[in-house]
Amino acid sequence: MAAVDNLQFEEFGDAPTCLAANPEDTTISIEDPGETPKHLPGPARGSGREEDDELLGNDDSDKTELLAGQKKSSPFWTFEYYQTFFDVDTYQVFDRIKGSLLPIPGKNFVRLYIRSNPDLYGPFWICATLVFAIAISGNLSNFLIHLGEKTYHYVPEFRKVSIAATVIYAYAWLVPLALWGFLMWRNSKVMNIVSYSFLEIVCVYGYSLFIYIPTAILWIIPQKAVRWILVLIALGISGSVLAMTFWPAVREDNRRVSMATIVTIVMLHMLLSVGCLAYFFDAPEMDHLLTSTATSNQTVGAAKFS
Amino acid sequence: MAEAAESPGDRETVSPRPLFAGLSDISISQDIPIEGEITIPMRSRSREFDSSTLNESVRNTIMRDLKAVGKKFMYVLYPRKSNTLLRDWDLWGPLILCVTLALMLQRGSMDGEKDGGPQFAEVFVIVWFGAVTITLNSKLLGGNISFFQSLCVLGYCILPLTLAMLICRLVLLAEPGPVNFMVRLFVVIVMFAWSIAASTAFLADSQPPNRKALAVYPVFLFYFVISWMILTFTPQ
Repeated sequence: MAAVDNLQFEEFGDAPTCLAANPEDTTISIEDPGETPKHLPGPARGSGREEDDELLGNDDSDKTELLAGQKKSSPFWTFEYYQTFFDVDTYQVFDRIKGSLLPIPGKNFVRLYIRSNPDLYGPFWICATLVFAIAISGNLSNFLIHLGEKTYHYVPEFRKVSIAATVIYAYAWLVPLALWGFLMWRNSKVMNIVSYSFLEIVCVYGYSLFIYIPTAILWIIPQKAVRWILVLIALGISGSVLAMTFWPAVREDNRRVSMATIVTIVMLHMLLSVGCLAYFFDAPEMDHLLTSTATSNQTVGAAKFS
Repeated sequence: MAEAAESPGDRETVSPRPLFAGLSDISISQDIPIEGEITIPMRSRSREFDSSTLNESVRNTIMRDLKAVGKKFMYVLYPRKSNTLLRDWDLWGPLILCVTLALMLQRGSMDGEKDGGPQFAEVFVIVWFGAVTITLNSKLLGGNISFFQSLCVLGYCILPLTLAMLICRLVLLAEPGPVNFMVRLFVVIVMFAWSIAASTAFLADSQPPNRKALAVYPVFLFYFVISWMILTFTPQ
């Protein structure tokens, strides 16, 4: 160092100029890191690989599956652990809902949309919306059916909300639990290629219930034929999503066991929808018939008395 | 600088010495005084402030809290971009609004057998557990709002719906009919839109931008359920 006043700051200048002045000095140089590593080329989108891509998911499924193993590392009593189940963006939720509405044969819902990022946002809020949709639509439909009658006093039937909530949340959580336990048990006996985690099953069931929200609103229409057609359409769509999801998981098993599993899944789904229709929505024509005969009996009885 | 800390007698030497060489020669001797006093000049004033709120009359305390609550009501009714609701959160306002709404929605015990409207406890539970669920949801999605701030905003934004309940009760004193129903429907829809606008004005900024819709939808559902309870209220 030059002999300067020791309390003043010194300008040292560039590394080359310092080195030129004093060759035995040491200097540090930091280069821009963006230029040296070469850009990795994106995965080739050859036409021959498209089928594989579609069956296995998009091209970055490899990366996401590699990263998925590193995601859930917080212990279960911290808040961050539960935040990993809500790590979805708006467009992802919309994509998953769209996937549950349009079952395409050959495409697995879990592989295509969930891809090791199961979320609890969709199942929870779809079930909540469904609970209120069923309760409110049932109330409205009963009101419209009994509109002209003199003896009918409108009640909001608020108790039915809690019943609907219990039924729907029990279905959305206990049936996946039972199915997961059953699949784990079969996995120990027969080597299956595809196995789902509990959260993925909950996710599939949650998103498959989405079709029932517009169905419940359309059930307000007081025509029996319309209601049953809606039941069949909704059951067809969501049942096929569930069947196509779980068929690869039981395919390698005994023929009878796999068929029985798929049939049970669809039957439980149908039981849910028919049960909701029967309990929350009064039958349209029968009540009219009953009350009209009741009033005619009353008038006949009154005429007999007088 | 290290050279200046050494013994001052070396100042006349011009030759540079290695740094920190003479540090071992330094000793803290008794002739450097290191005792003294530390005083915080504000301390006495803050103590005075504490005792002043303790000694003030109850009326002053209540009026101060009521004024804060009233100011927040004004912020909800005329939503502007302001941080007051978030900064000085309190839960008095939501409690007053929730109790008022639940009392007005209760219909009396004579139709206990029939499947009637919501009871006081049901309304209370729906409002508070709904608000807690929405807050947890927004925090899990990565929002940076605190728990009680979010409860405060959601509770205060029930104010338009409470006003709608008041108006509906007054309208129901007139004769029933479709006109009656249309008036109530219109009032409830307007107040529902007002609640949603007010709460999203306060809450939307705290969410990450690609998840705003995910955080706002439960708020929509919450106020929709409360509006439904208000609209279907029928006196016996």
